[in-house]
Amino acid sequence: MSLKVVIPSPLRKFTAGAETVEVQAATVQEVLDNLDSKYPGFRASVCDESGGLRRFINIYLDGEDVRFLENLATRVNDGAEIAIVPAISGG
Amino acid sequence: MSFVKGLQCRECGREYPVKLLAGCEHCFGPLEADYHYEAIAKKLTRDALSSRPKTIWKYRELLPLESEPKIGLATGGTPLVRADRLGRKLGIDNLYLKNDSVNSPTLSFKDRVTAVAINKALEFKLEAVGCASTGNLANSVAANAAAAGLPSFILIPHDLEASKIAATQIYGSRLITVKGNYDAVNRLCSQIVDRYPWGFVNVNLRPFYAEGSKTIGYEIAEQLSWHAPDAIVIPMAGGAMLSKVYKGLKELQRLGLISETERTRFYGAQAAGCNPIVDAVRRGTRDIRPVKPNTIAKSLAIGNPADGYYAASLIPQSGGWAEDCTDDEIVAGIQLLAETEGIFTETAGGVTVAVAQKLVKQGRIKPKDLTVLAITGNGLKTLEALDLAPPQVIEPKLAAFEKIFGGAYHVA
Repeated sequence: MSLKVVIPSPLRKFTAGAETVEVQAATVQEVLDNLDSKYPGFRASVCDESGGLRRFINIYLDGEDVRFLENLATRVNDGAEIAIVPAISGG
Repeated sequence: MSFVKGLQCRECGREYPVKLLAGCEHCFGPLEADYHYEAIAKKLTRDALSSRPKTIWKYRELLPLESEPKIGLATGGTPLVRADRLGRKLGIDNLYLKNDSVNSPTLSFKDRVTAVAINKALEFKLEAVGCASTGNLANSVAANAAAAGLPSFILIPHDLEASKIAATQIYGSRLITVKGNYDAVNRLCSQIVDRYPWGFVNVNLRPFYAEGSKTIGYEIAEQLSWHAPDAIVIPMAGGAMLSKVYKGLKELQRLGLISETERTRFYGAQAAGCNPIVDAVRRGTRDIRPVKPNTIAKSLAIGNPADGYYAASLIPQSGGWAEDCTDDEIVAGIQLLAETEGIFTETAGGVTVAVAQKLVKQGRIKPKDLTVLAITGNGLKTLEALDLAPPQVIEPKLAAFEKIFGGAYHVA
């Protein structure tokens, strides 16, 4: 599956400034794995030591928070958009 | 003159200079302003404070501004009201209300945070400001941006109350309603801030913005003649206010303004239709499971609370608890507060009153506890939540009046 990943500015240091990158993956976990092999150090910024998503990072698949789906095990379809978005405060 | 040391990540401890920044660039944790407390302690004495005007700026050494504030000069200093009539209904002998429903300029506690954030935007010489909001923040950013002469971009969920929409538009802000809930609005704002050089108060101005909430804690302690309450009930949306009031009281202890031995139990209140922090506290964890909000308490309808982790940590640590209430209980809470104390609060205030009632019934708040309820917003903004019977219509004749009310009272 080929899909688009939207990279927030704090992570663009890994992607040479690119706002979006294309990856091949079947699950959200694979998206992160593949981004990490392409951009070493990427995963450590997004995941904690146990491999789970960091507390202040949200990942959206086509606009839906993956925690409402199956977290990192969520399957992704061809052409889907993954957005990695830092949490922001209440309002 | 500023007493700010810098910003520090609450998660990994990394330090940053004062700049426009949404969160830690390493782990995305929220950033906290840190201060030179020893220098502040010399200046901020009870005597010095007693002679300053009653606004948030009397505590300005503990707020992250470099220069004198230019807008929001009347913000804060809201009444702490002794509430014996409500106390009798709830079963609390020693009850007070921190009444931010009369805050300036837009009648909610958000005036405290935007006063700090918009002044900070002026210091950073930003060309525009904005926010993601469930309503009260929208009103307050719009008003303070207008006063500062800055254009504002304000994004809200499409289904907010009419008066919260009108009371944002009137200031000439660019109001955008988004198809989706607050969490969707949040996500969009995070991406807007990534692309445009603007200051969004709860995104890249967040480290400064959030500090404004501490002033609720400062004011309550000073109004109680430099005592911390035994119990405080605070409504929770993102959860930031609760942890900032906690920080505020801790700072007063550190500065020697209140005794080290006083302990406040923090109680968090949410609507049952959006209770992710209450749910975490009940499960005995700090890990928040996000929810899809469905409640009339729209100002609290944040399903993925960014500061929920901290609220869910602090509440049990302080010896407190978190509870929720139904929409019917919210309306009953609004009514009870209005009928007993003459204070008309919005849905979030109804949540606070209804939850306080439960906490007393559960025995968590004891009758003798010096208890403060944080009433954070004004009832005129959420009229849609109420279902009041239409008033009686009569002819302008005494007989018509007496037909209905005659005999109800003895007239001397």
